[in-house]
Amino acid sequence: MYDGVYSDKVIDHFTNPRNVGEIENPDGVGTVGNAKCGDIMRIYLDIDPETKVIRDCKFKTFGCGAAVASSSMATEMVKGKTIYEALEVTNKAVMEALDGLPQVKIHCSLLAEEAIHAALWDYAEKNNIKIEGLRKPKKDVHDEE
Amino acid sequence: MADKKTIYMDNASTTRVREEVLDAMLPFFREDYGNPDSIHAMGRPGRDAVKVARAHIADLIGAKPEEIYFTSGGSEADNWAIKSAVFGPHAKGKHVIVSSIEHHAIINMCEYLEKVGIEVTYLPVDKYGIVSPETVEAAIRPDTAIISVMTANNEIGIIEPIREIGAVARKHNVLFHTDAVQAYGQIDIDVTRDNIDLLSTSAHKLGGPKGIGFLYIRNGVKLDPLIHGGEQERGIRGGTTNVPGAVGFGKAAELAKADMKERADKEIALRDRLINRVLTEIPYSSLNGHPTQRLPGNANLRFAFIEGESLLMSMNMAGICVSTGSACASGSLDPSHVLLAIGLKHEEAHGSLRFTVSAETTIEDVDYTVDTLKSVVERLRSMSPLYEDFIKEQKKKQEA
Repeated sequence: MYDGVYSDKVIDHFTNPRNVGEIENPDGVGTVGNAKCGDIMRIYLDIDPETKVIRDCKFKTFGCGAAVASSSMATEMVKGKTIYEALEVTNKAVMEALDGLPQVKIHCSLLAEEAIHAALWDYAEKNNIKIEGLRKPKKDVHDEE
Repeated sequence: MADKKTIYMDNASTTRVREEVLDAMLPFFREDYGNPDSIHAMGRPGRDAVKVARAHIADLIGAKPEEIYFTSGGSEADNWAIKSAVFGPHAKGKHVIVSSIEHHAIINMCEYLEKVGIEVTYLPVDKYGIVSPETVEAAIRPDTAIISVMTANNEIGIIEPIREIGAVARKHNVLFHTDAVQAYGQIDIDVTRDNIDLLSTSAHKLGGPKGIGFLYIRNGVKLDPLIHGGEQERGIRGGTTNVPGAVGFGKAAELAKADMKERADKEIALRDRLINRVLTEIPYSSLNGHPTQRLPGNANLRFAFIEGESLLMSMNMAGICVSTGSACASGSLDPSHVLLAIGLKHEEAHGSLRFTVSAETTIEDVDYTVDTLKSVVERLRSMSPLYEDFIKEQKKKQEA
């Protein structure tokens, strides 16, 4: 990390992260990343069984400033969306909402996308439903690097 | 940052130039700016001043002034020593022995050499980072050109047994080089007693200016130039002499020799206060490196379940400057090769921070740093899925 490299939004979401914590008996939970590469993200979802709206979303992250800010932003963005709309929260969307990330930190936003997908996948599996366009999440985004 | 107090705990990265050093340098920019190789009157002041500086610099390690060859810094000196040992008319062989915790100026040079047919042995270290002289001896081959083991490590501050390693090298008639960038002016080094043939260092780690260092080359050792050029530095390091740099370096060396003991005592007290407070007040924290066989100013600590860059950022927001061996701070996915070499797991290496105090650091600075660290670590752990899993495991065990 070099002072001045991160946008103000990233710094804000790192300093005051939104939705940190866990949800007791979550409807969906997903953990991605690995400690070897220095980042792990876990996302919890609370979903309305009727409307399929994400009522609450919490996260826990082991990782750098960009990883924390990406998780925080991603949870903000999926809250209030339906499980189908939540797929629109891509790593690109997270990155744009954060006013960009340094090149070497792009994988952090990818991790946030994967964490949401993993949590949604968990929910879909438990409830035996199919979310169009959702693929089984990779356990680790670094696998392809 | 300007309105907030800055606590500088990163003196292994670089130091503030000492007042006397800057004062000594200034005339050589403004008035006595002549080239020391000029024959006319303007050449004289610089020439005389560099001579005095060279003597002070040599004196700090028991060398002779003519054995000091100025370079642009530590990296150039490291590159010069290793490269010239294996290339050119004075090459000594095709095999190089280095420790696995050397600075990148050595490690990356060796990786380059491997691409052009040189063989390199990277020696393992123990859990403290110590290279054993026996391991060095076992690695020596008939075609070994040079052995390079650092005097002290830049990340974990470990002080290597260079005297014994130098003795092994001498016994087998192999060149011995040591990277003393972190150690020069901080701990006692004597090139004769410590069996050193080549030694690299840099001025800005001991209150001197950036952009100047030297390679010590023991009388009798023949080395080809790395920088070909004019007749400066006895004809083996071209380039107009950096007069203000050399003068500043000389002053820094003179001052460092005079107050080394006093500085070390002060830094050790500060360092140990920091280490002891962290280890007793922050759960699941550990010291990297050796408790006593380490540089006076170095404390390298690791905090389980959290990652170094977010630690560093949080400390920075509180005005505290530290450094980390985490990959996330470097742009690669691999954490520090030094921390991995001492046997840490990746996640442990990612959660390490380096604090390096100076004689200007105060007890208040140390206490503020530890107090800040306590709240930062607690906050980051509350956000960590690794910590969450750990706590749940603990609970399960208790219930069982």
